[in-house]
Amino acid sequence: MIEIRNVSKAYGAGKSRFLALDDVSVTIRENEFFTLLGPSGCGKTTLLRTIAGFVDPTDGSVSMNGEDLLKLPPHSRPVNTVFQSYALFPHLTVRQNIAFGLEMLGKPKAEITRTVDDMMALVQMTAMADRQTGQISGGQQQRVALARALAPKPKVLLLDEPLSALDFKLRKDMQIELKRLQTETGITFVFVTHDQEEALTMSDRVAVMKAGSIRQIGSPRDIYDRPAERFVADFIGDTNFIPVEVSQIAGTVAQIKLPSGKMIEARAVEGATGGASTLAVRPEHATLGIAQDALMAGTLKNIVYFGTDTHYHVDLDGADSFVVRAQNTPGNKLDFSVGDAVGITFPPQVGQVLRD
Amino acid sequence: MADVSEVPSARERAIVRNRWLLLTPALAILIFAASGPLLITLTYSFLTPGDYGGVEWKFSTDAWFNVILQRDIFDDTLMFADAHLSILWRSVKLSLMTTIGAIILGFPTAYFIATRPKAHRDFWMLLIIIPFWTNLLIRTFAVMELIRNEGTLNTLLMAVGIIDDPIQILYTETAIMIGMLYVYLPLMVLPLYASMERLDFSLVEAGYDLYATRFAVLRRIILPLVKPGLIAGSILVFVPSLGAYVTPRVMGGGKQLMLGNLIELQFGQGRNWPLGAALSITLLAIVMVALIFYVRAAGKEEVPHG
Amino acid sequence: MAKAFDVRKQWGFTTIAIICFVTLYLPVILLVIYSFNAGSSVAIWEGVSLRWYRSAWENTQVQEATIRSLVIALWASGISTSAAVLAALATTRVRPFKGYSAVFAAINQPLMVPEIVTAVALLIFFAGIKVQTGYTGLAYIIIAHAAFCIPFAYLPIRARLTGMDLSLEQAAADLYATPFQVFRRITLPQLWPGILAGAMLAFVISLDDVVITEFVKSAGQDTLPTYMLGQLRRNITPEVNAISTVLLGISVTMVIAFFFVSRIKK
Repeated sequence: MIEIRNVSKAYGAGKSRFLALDDVSVTIRENEFFTLLGPSGCGKTTLLRTIAGFVDPTDGSVSMNGEDLLKLPPHSRPVNTVFQSYALFPHLTVRQNIAFGLEMLGKPKAEITRTVDDMMALVQMTAMADRQTGQISGGQQQRVALARALAPKPKVLLLDEPLSALDFKLRKDMQIELKRLQTETGITFVFVTHDQEEALTMSDRVAVMKAGSIRQIGSPRDIYDRPAERFVADFIGDTNFIPVEVSQIAGTVAQIKLPSGKMIEARAVEGATGGASTLAVRPEHATLGIAQDALMAGTLKNIVYFGTDTHYHVDLDGADSFVVRAQNTPGNKLDFSVGDAVGITFPPQVGQVLRD
Repeated sequence: MADVSEVPSARERAIVRNRWLLLTPALAILIFAASGPLLITLTYSFLTPGDYGGVEWKFSTDAWFNVILQRDIFDDTLMFADAHLSILWRSVKLSLMTTIGAIILGFPTAYFIATRPKAHRDFWMLLIIIPFWTNLLIRTFAVMELIRNEGTLNTLLMAVGIIDDPIQILYTETAIMIGMLYVYLPLMVLPLYASMERLDFSLVEAGYDLYATRFAVLRRIILPLVKPGLIAGSILVFVPSLGAYVTPRVMGGGKQLMLGNLIELQFGQGRNWPLGAALSITLLAIVMVALIFYVRAAGKEEVPHG
Repeated sequence: MAKAFDVRKQWGFTTIAIICFVTLYLPVILLVIYSFNAGSSVAIWEGVSLRWYRSAWENTQVQEATIRSLVIALWASGISTSAAVLAALATTRVRPFKGYSAVFAAINQPLMVPEIVTAVALLIFFAGIKVQTGYTGLAYIIIAHAAFCIPFAYLPIRARLTGMDLSLEQAAADLYATPFQVFRRITLPQLWPGILAGAMLAFVISLDDVVITEFVKSAGQDTLPTYMLGQLRRNITPEVNAISTVLLGISVTMVIAFFFVSRIKK
């Protein structure tokens, strides 16, 4: 539905030239909750603002259902934005804010009133209709910003880190709320965040960005379980990286040799090559046991208790360190203390051979 | 191959066009009634004075020559123009004294305001701002009426019996200085207060903790930290003092001229427009030097706060 | 128990500050008081009377000067504020552009150049135009005032605009408002305290101006301040105090209003 093709955006010139977007191509589908995830400065907001029309790309094309979006100024694009700061008009009431877009579109009065009422009901702000936007809480402002952007029934809703200003509890509630709204309205959401957990819980698909380019696109499960490269694996969740020898790759299955000399099957990401490579293993996918018969052996360096789980930091023989995460369920108490010789094991096809 | 990003898009060109369109009215007014006339003044300073004011369009450097020099009318020898130099000297001297006076009065005042509870500071600042925005002529009048021979001060002193005859203050250099100090004092307090308000008093506490006396804290901690405000205030007082016209006219009564009055004279009784133009460009140059000095100093003294 | 050590105290500072506030206001308060003097001295009190206000009111020169002052101030503040709004829109919240510092210097020039220098320059320039065109009306004073009022109008408008969230206008554009609608519905309502503050400052500055008016005016074009300056040569009566008091009243009201307008929350 939204086709972004080879979009680049450069700022400055000469030595100070900086590529905010570097040849980005992505297709965003109808009715999906699409998330742009990445650290600050990775270009995710620039990409969002390119769709909204506040950034003119240096190169490339952006189209929606075949129509060239770049030809249109922001006020002619059928997309609406929820701004990071909400950008509620301080001189207007809640109702006037929500009605603004409809008024600009020249909708008849009766329709505006009806739609605004619906929207306020949708975000549960009906009681606050005539308040000034300065008189409502952060969470309520967030809802008004949402309602305002949804009221003109855009084909696409762009959300620029809309939850970052909220406190933890409210953010959790709003995540569920946003997902509900997206499902109910059937509008495509393009959501920008640097919070990996937010991205994983809400999205249908996630694009992980770094330094102006998209590094991986996939479902949250894909991204988490099958990171394509070190950056993605590192940015989303915690990961152990082990230097390995890839002896053979057949499709998505690779035969690898661990530093300990043991051989095991692992999955290979598309584009992975033989020879020296990196294996990513999630801490909760590995188990801690006695050194004998384990895939890798080492010394227990530290035990950190986290409530729901416990982290065991192991110094592998050969200087690398490895973290194992074990759930603290009744009866699952590992009887090790710091300084013990321990072994680490994980099943075949759990580790992921990365691209770089 | 041309870099794509170097070619401005149609929208960017439109933004640039709109910007200059928006600036046109302001710039037109300013060029017509501020910058442009200054250039004409510069031109006039190189012309020959007309008989009844105005100029003859004949190139001459006499005006610039006459700013500080004059030719003896009998033997044609060159000598310094004492009258001009003494007025120039008086302008600089009185402006410096006014500035120093403003520091002596303004520094403690700004400090006083900055150390009031936050809720009260605006009120005290308003007391400083009101005189700043009220008519300079009226304020000068007010001081004049106070120190006149028949004024409240002398009347009061004589009534009490301290003096028998009124003290002549008006129409002296002192009167001009008092008047300028009075009208320009708020200009010292405003920037000083802005610096002091940001002063982190934990630094002062640290000073006392390290055995500093009150005076040492003032000199070694507070003063260096508010130096940018002090420099700004000094420039803000010095520059208008140097170019003052109304205050010396009212308080000096035409007897004690300053540069501003000397310039006016060339367009009135003196009828030497080129000399007036040259004097006025001279004044402008001195002011610009002071401003450049300020910009340099302010840039160097920028103390990061917070 | 000993009093706690006050780190903020500096010997004598409070005394000097109090003296400073008293001296700032005492002459002006005396000036106001003597405007109500029944006698014709500005130092010897002879009882309360509105005599000098009546005398000023009936003085045709004062009447004409007052009207002239107001007309000039209204025109000058109107022109300078309009120009300043446009200039502020062009120079605020934009990336630094070629010529930016020159534009900024031009706008602030009247604040940097001594008034007497500008006054003389205008005298020279306008004298030429007066001879060429034969026109000697108020427009010269108005345009001169408009020029030096621009920075005063510009600064509060610019300050307001700088503090304004650019995303508000983007949000409006995102919600289908055309650039003109964005300006009218979002920018202008947000900006009006700044515009009002700027216009009020410009008005007061124009109303109070002596030097430039004195040099630019043609014969018979006295404003209130130049009329008062002219009265200096004569014997001073409390009539001058009465006029001053009225002018002071206008200025102080405007400044206090400005103070509150510029603090209006966004």
